[in-house]
Amino acid sequence: MILQAENLSVRFGGLAAVDDVSLTVPTGKIVALIGPNGAGKTTLFNLISGFVRADRGTVRFQGSDITGLPPHAACRLGMARTFQIVQPFGAQTVRENIAVGSHLHHASRAAALHAAEAVAERVGLRTHLDKLALNLTIAGRKRLELARALATEPKLLLLDEVLAGLNPREIDEVVPVIRGIRDSGITVLMVEHVLRAVMNLSDEAFVLSNGRLIAHGTPREVTSDPAVIEAYLGHGTAARMKAAYA
Amino acid sequence: MRQLAPIAVFGVAVALLPLFVTSGFLLNAAIMMLYVTLLGLAWNILAGFGGQFSFGHAVFFGTGAYAAAVLQAKLGWNAWATLPAALALGAAVGAFIGALSFRYGLRGSYFALVTLAFAEVFRILANNVDFTGAGVGIMVKLKAGPENFQFATKAGYLYVILAFVLAGLLVCWWLKNSRYGAWLQAVRDNEESAAALGVNVFRVKLGAIALSGALMAAAGVFYAQYFQYIDPGLAYGPGVSIEALLGPIVGGLGTLWGPVLGAVLLQLLGEGTRGLFENAPGLSLMVYGALLVLMVTFMPSGILGVLRRKA
Amino acid sequence: MLELSILWPSLLNGLTTGAVYALIALGLTLIYGVLHIINFAHGAALMMALYGVYFLQKSLGIDPYVSIVVMVPAMFAAGYLAYRYVIGVAGHGKDENILLVTLGVAIVLENLALFLWKSDTRTIDTAYTFTTVPLGSAMIALPKLVAFGGAAAAAGVLLLIMRTTDLGRAIRACAKERQGARLVGIDVEHVFAMSFGIGLACLGAAACFLLPAYYVNPLVGNGFVLIAFTIVVLGGMGSFAGALLGGLLIGVVESVGSLWLGESLGQMGIFLIFIAVLLFRPQGLFGARA
Repeated sequence: MILQAENLSVRFGGLAAVDDVSLTVPTGKIVALIGPNGAGKTTLFNLISGFVRADRGTVRFQGSDITGLPPHAACRLGMARTFQIVQPFGAQTVRENIAVGSHLHHASRAAALHAAEAVAERVGLRTHLDKLALNLTIAGRKRLELARALATEPKLLLLDEVLAGLNPREIDEVVPVIRGIRDSGITVLMVEHVLRAVMNLSDEAFVLSNGRLIAHGTPREVTSDPAVIEAYLGHGTAARMKAAYA
Repeated sequence: MRQLAPIAVFGVAVALLPLFVTSGFLLNAAIMMLYVTLLGLAWNILAGFGGQFSFGHAVFFGTGAYAAAVLQAKLGWNAWATLPAALALGAAVGAFIGALSFRYGLRGSYFALVTLAFAEVFRILANNVDFTGAGVGIMVKLKAGPENFQFATKAGYLYVILAFVLAGLLVCWWLKNSRYGAWLQAVRDNEESAAALGVNVFRVKLGAIALSGALMAAAGVFYAQYFQYIDPGLAYGPGVSIEALLGPIVGGLGTLWGPVLGAVLLQLLGEGTRGLFENAPGLSLMVYGALLVLMVTFMPSGILGVLRRKA
Repeated sequence: MLELSILWPSLLNGLTTGAVYALIALGLTLIYGVLHIINFAHGAALMMALYGVYFLQKSLGIDPYVSIVVMVPAMFAAGYLAYRYVIGVAGHGKDENILLVTLGVAIVLENLALFLWKSDTRTIDTAYTFTTVPLGSAMIALPKLVAFGGAAAAAGVLLLIMRTTDLGRAIRACAKERQGARLVGIDVEHVFAMSFGIGLACLGAAACFLLPAYYVNPLVGNGFVLIAFTIVVLGGMGSFAGALLGGLLIGVVESVGSLWLGESLGQMGIFLIFIAVLLFRPQGLFGARA
């Protein structure tokens, strides 16, 4: 288990954004974190990666307790994350953007830039290396976000809705990239709404709703779970669907 | 690497200047251009490369100037010896202000305001403490001779300020070509993303303000030696703070040559205004203020910033 | 040192100065609260207003308290136009940009004043400049008392406008939710310009109350800028109550502080408070975290 989160909880004002969530991520797999909007998925990511301090609970990464560590420390230990709303270094080129990630393991500027090119190749950004990040399309920016995180040579990659805003063709192009990342030995924990990708890619899935974990299993199991259907589609839908298709 | 060559060319060109120009007026103009460039280079490190806009950079300048003046006048130090002390003090003041400000998450306007407040605090302190000569200020005694950082001809001062500017340019070159510089610019462009990529944002910002403070203090030392006098208003007043930020904003934030271009343009503009309106007080500053507004409105990243975008 | 006979006049002095500070800070906090602009030109604008009052008295013989009827609308108009055609245009929304623009405007105004009127410090003489009024054991200069009353009245008028008029409601709407205000048909740019104008109008009133007991020169604005910011940050950005209380508090701190530390070190105390508030409680006493 590369990641073990236990009883994570955080309140913002009166709202329990994440409420007693425990999950484990097996090494080398792709695990999906799904749930309706506002369920607390990004907040959970923030708790795990150190951007938000949990009120209660612990996070263990590769066996060591990393609860409360700041984000840069988590990254140095091998956990990288992307952001749901992409935040590129706009005024810099794609190469320079990725190089910031490469610099974690390459002190020399030349080495970092070189490593950045290799990563760009991996995610399909080779032809855009000298473009300014702010001139990329949304699909390009998402790939850049992915590339930057990859450049830090992580053991665990947290992807926050990396497919959001992409059209079906773009999604079809990114899915193999993510699979390739897993195949190269990096564990992936992804928040995702695009169920097609979740079904295709992930080995197992956790479902979050209103800050609580409501289901865990294979994608198939989880999407036929009545509690999950209720969470996404509202009161009584599971029962109605069962009745309609009985 | 290719960026080093222009720096060398620039250095040689300016160094050769005294061979062709003997007019005291022109040499002084060149010295002032380089001096303003140095102010801009220092400010640019924190603002252009680091994204933290300081409105009170005089706090570092004054520290350097007073270090030079006080150490000589009260403790009998050799003028050159005060330079490393000033650099260290400038960095220390930077680290102090930075540690407080960044630890408590001050950014943007709040950071600008706090630097202004610090500059004022130092100014009031300097104005009220005998150690700094209080309101009267301190004179740097005439002790002619290069070994005392005082030169018979302007050429001597030109070489010194040129050396400082070259050092500043090299530091900026290093920022553009090093890991630390990459981290710093990442922090400038997006702190959260930088942190997610393993950058220790606090330490990086702290380094930048210390570096900026040290270079600014060097400018203060030069000022004290060139004008041989310093007082609280000159040292810590808003004049220096504004002089420091005008060049980079006009010339190009976060670029190597922006401060140079800015200083040259501002100097020319100043001379032009003075020439047209015959030394009317405040006129050139008024023009600078208007230029600031215009630049921020139409070319917020400065002349070189715009050119770089179009490339 | 803490004898009442010394403390009491100092306290009163602080309160009367503080009231004028409060009025200045009210304008600044309104501008911040609504437009989210830190108006660096606030001090320079006050300086121009002071010159306005000065020249109205010197050249036209108009008493400063009477010139309020001229100064307030004039400053309002200046503020409206300045926002509409300069500051609002230049901002592009970025925090640092607006800061630099208002700094630029401040530089222009200061040096314009320097160019037009040189650096001499000027004061005005009125019939009542040296009149004092006894309050307990203290003799308070009449202009200062009038300043206190006037500032309080002006603040009251401002609050009335904000609470009861349509404009006030529109301003509060724009402050809370810009897009939403646009969607319900409020001309946001116009409201912003009105707010900026009102902020500067406060300075017009403040200048009328300030000059009889004070002086003017091109650099006088600088001193007020930091004090005004201190008050606004202390009271809480955007909070009227905060600006009022903060102004009185700072006035008292400055006055009592100078008893112990002398005038300029007393000023330093204010800036140290400023730094401390910025670091440890940036939302101030009443404000929301900016």
